[in-house]
Amino acid sequence: MKQMLETILHLFRAWTWQMAWRDSRRSRRRLLLYAASIVLGVAALTAIASSGRQMQRAIDEQSKALLGADLVVSARDAGLTPAQESFLKTLGGEQAREISFASMVYFPKSEGTRLVQVRALAGGFPFYGELETSPSSAVDALRNGTGALVEQNLMDVFGAKVGDDVKVGDITLPIAGVLSRVPGETMGFATIAPRVYVPFNSLANSGLLSEGTLARYKVYFKFDYNFDVETFADARRPEFRRLQLSYDTVQERQRDLGRALENMMRFLNLIGFVALLLGGVGVASGIHVHMKQKLATIATLRCLGTSVGQSFAVYLAQAAALGMIGAVAGAVIGTVVQYFIPSLLADFIPFAIEPAVSWKGLWSGIWMGFLICILFALLPLIPVRKIPPLAALRSAFSDDNGMRRDPLLWLGYAVVIAGLVAFGILQSRRWQHGVGYAVGIVGAFAMLAFVAWMISFVMRKVVSSSWPFVIRQGLSNLYRPNNRTVLLMVSLGMGTFLVLTLYLVQMNLLGELLRPKSDKDGNAVLFDIQPDQREGVRAILKSQELPVIEDVPMVSMRLKSIKGRTVEEIRKDPRSGIRGWALAREYRSTYRGELAPTEKLLSGTWHERVDSADESIPVSLERGIAENLKVGLGDEIVFDIQGVPVVTHVASLREVDWRRLSPNFFVVFPRGSIEDAPAMHMMLTRVETSEQSARLQREVVRQFPNVSAADLSLILQTVSSVLDKISFVVRFMALFTVGTGLIVLGGTIVSGRYQRLRESILLRTLGASRKQVLQVLMVEYVLLGALAALTGIVFAVGANWALASVVFDLKPRIYPMPMLITIASVSSLTLIFGLLGNRTLLNRPPLEVLRAEV
Amino acid sequence: MTPILEVQKLTKSYQTEAGSLTVLKEISLEIQPGATCSIVGPSGSGKTTLLGLCAGLDVPSGGTVRLDGRDLYSVDEDGRARIRRELVGFVFQNFQLIPTLTALENVMIPLELQGNRDAKARALQLLEKVGLADRPGHYPAQLSGGEQQRVALARAFMNRPRILFADEPTGNLDAETADHVVQVLFELNASFQTALVLVTHNLELAQLTQRIFKLHRGALVSEEQGKLANQALSGAAS
Repeated sequence: MKQMLETILHLFRAWTWQMAWRDSRRSRRRLLLYAASIVLGVAALTAIASSGRQMQRAIDEQSKALLGADLVVSARDAGLTPAQESFLKTLGGEQAREISFASMVYFPKSEGTRLVQVRALAGGFPFYGELETSPSSAVDALRNGTGALVEQNLMDVFGAKVGDDVKVGDITLPIAGVLSRVPGETMGFATIAPRVYVPFNSLANSGLLSEGTLARYKVYFKFDYNFDVETFADARRPEFRRLQLSYDTVQERQRDLGRALENMMRFLNLIGFVALLLGGVGVASGIHVHMKQKLATIATLRCLGTSVGQSFAVYLAQAAALGMIGAVAGAVIGTVVQYFIPSLLADFIPFAIEPAVSWKGLWSGIWMGFLICILFALLPLIPVRKIPPLAALRSAFSDDNGMRRDPLLWLGYAVVIAGLVAFGILQSRRWQHGVGYAVGIVGAFAMLAFVAWMISFVMRKVVSSSWPFVIRQGLSNLYRPNNRTVLLMVSLGMGTFLVLTLYLVQMNLLGELLRPKSDKDGNAVLFDIQPDQREGVRAILKSQELPVIEDVPMVSMRLKSIKGRTVEEIRKDPRSGIRGWALAREYRSTYRGELAPTEKLLSGTWHERVDSADESIPVSLERGIAENLKVGLGDEIVFDIQGVPVVTHVASLREVDWRRLSPNFFVVFPRGSIEDAPAMHMMLTRVETSEQSARLQREVVRQFPNVSAADLSLILQTVSSVLDKISFVVRFMALFTVGTGLIVLGGTIVSGRYQRLRESILLRTLGASRKQVLQVLMVEYVLLGALAALTGIVFAVGANWALASVVFDLKPRIYPMPMLITIASVSSLTLIFGLLGNRTLLNRPPLEVLRAEV
Repeated sequence: MTPILEVQKLTKSYQTEAGSLTVLKEISLEIQPGATCSIVGPSGSGKTTLLGLCAGLDVPSGGTVRLDGRDLYSVDEDGRARIRRELVGFVFQNFQLIPTLTALENVMIPLELQGNRDAKARALQLLEKVGLADRPGHYPAQLSGGEQQRVALARAFMNRPRILFADEPTGNLDAETADHVVQVLFELNASFQTALVLVTHNLELAQLTQRIFKLHRGALVSEEQGKLANQALSGAAS
């Protein structure tokens, strides 16, 4: 304690800084390299903090444009009931309406078809912000009912231009313009269902909206300025619920976005922080080597009368200075980088951001970097206290000196870990996650260090004196005193592990989707087929020689009551525990006599057929929905099929594999039960090529405009593009870790050069050729790089296995190619850095090097 | 008069796997202010250990050491550092100059540590005295062995020490250079009236001091007068 106070006091004395400056003379470039270790980590955190602030500001400033209106009310239907209509009328304000649903569009010029999200718009929406189009007058054409708006990527796919026609159901409209932004919506995920806006009035003639079409009806409201919309809407919450309407206010959207943004930023922060930690390890190892070289100087200073605190302060001052230099440089780079982050995240955020310097972000980056640097530098600095003046007299003095028992060193480690936990908790907001994060990071570091130790241990045992000189020397360098094995394994292994894990998880997710289950599985779906269109669609499939793998009827229904209680009663009961969506949703159910290949009977009896629909019908429920509705075998459920109550009871529970492209259902009725109800049909077929798929879609859309088609390749394309975008952001952040790994590698090699200097020079003095010294170095670096990469790969495969089987429920797979590329690239990078770092040793006469560098 | 160095029953033992190893056995001696003495003996006899303990660089297993009447081992490590700063000068066999500091900066350190603002002027004077007035800006690596040891001597006298400990000051030097360094050492010693404790193998060098303590296997086996002490003093005086 006394020493700490003394050290702090000495930090305010000029001599301490003067001595720190003089003492650094021969090592400034090297110290700067150590400082560079934290630069990228600080840059990552500064960039994240700065752009996070800009985005929060954008959310606050553009709040109303995030919704485009003051209030949005929506119903899960293609129209409103009279009761809903009259309620909405009482709300007042200016109103605009929109109906949206999935449908096929057809581009006559290129004969292309595509499943899109059709939106029919009436009124002045958006009231805040605007529908951005090119040309800007295109919005007027939409409002006048003379044209449609189509997204750019959809136009590109079919080579369509403004002025070309687009056919939606039975109507054909000219494309009035390209849609580039909708208030409050992201454009990045447009590939899932590109948006096509059509005039509201044209919808009636399209023939697209029929009973059972899955549609959403939205009414947008604009109220007077200063009108408290949230209170107004909340006061009417029971009425909204009763009428099965949901609503969204600006404040609610703002909160949701803020939360989502905060989550995203925290996630990125956790990734970015790994880079800073790795940099910290680089600083610690650099300072460690630096202090080893300063042993004699410190002992001499102690002989000359400096106190423990005084000599400690000199080197703490050096560490503080390099921490500050690294942190400031990192913060400046981070501020520049944050100008790129908005474009990186543009696809994920539904608002525009103007990048600007965030002083708060800058300061937080500087302080975070400075603290981490000091914290990690303290670990190798603490032993300075124990260097006795006697070391000046005795050259063979051991620097171990009982350090393992030094309580202050353990306190140092404890502070580092506590800091890590604190950061984890701060970012994840849950202590369990924070502790888990710290345990994960410390565990990864510890395991890498352990593997490094094992390698040194094994090398010591296996290297034999009968091996060739160069190989023996190169391998021995892995375990000799002052070896770099642990540091390189930790830094390179960690970088490899992070980057490869991200890549493998992405490959695994895509691989699972790409993998066909069997040749007989369907890969293209035609849906919304009306009963009178069934034969026509079958005929098209037959004419194109495509199989009908499944032809499934779908009957739309809603819940009326469960176990004798009406849905309204259950909704009012706060203790029911049944979620609103499960009660309100439209159930699209089917009837059939057998289980599908994607299903497994868990309990109860499967009923193939019933003779009469007048009695309670035995139905089969998917396990998850049964849990949500809190029903079990034998419980009564009454469905409402277009006003007709249908009494059922749960006869069996099924497990469904939802990942298979196959029509799956929450509720399955037996044959003989609901065949008379109005049904839509869905057909599953298998196409072999994208041309086949396009031909089928074209023909179906031409003859039956209301029928929609989607094939697996489209879904894959969509998922792949979304994953690409997400993984690009994550990889961008991981790049900071890799970059830090390379800087730490550079620092390690340079500091190692000083440690190896005498040895290499002695070898050359004793007659080793340049080539031999070079080969020794090559063996050492290639082996270190390959082993570090291999360890990172093993950890990445383990992490991928854990993530795939626990989080994503996939079968983990091995990808040999990326692993081989990783080993090759990490080893060559290590070799290149190693040889570059040691080139002065090789090219100059031994004495010159010795005189200049010792 | 209070002796500048007073050693009483000084013992140093180490614990080894084979048991306790005593390297110094109950050594007692006294040095008066301004007096010179040397400690001689074969390798491993405990010379350097004794020097280190007398200067407060290590902790004894038993006995006491007083410098100018102050008990070195009744204070903590920083207390001993303060006593060294005020009373002690050092010269080492391997010079121990700080490689990143120039000759001038190396010499300045002891006074800078005391917060003295005249450090530079005084350091330049001392460099002149040791014959290196023209080399203040040189780094140790740019100086020869003899020059480095002369810088070390200048540094040792910078704080006007009451006692100077020299550990084989000529051990790393050739005969001619060694003679020059010894001459400078004794000159400075005489002019500053500093007591000198010299550890050496070199019996000729030891003869230049007033008293010679012989160590053997950690014990003080004899004490004799230096035959050439007067010569050294007169040489220094001239």
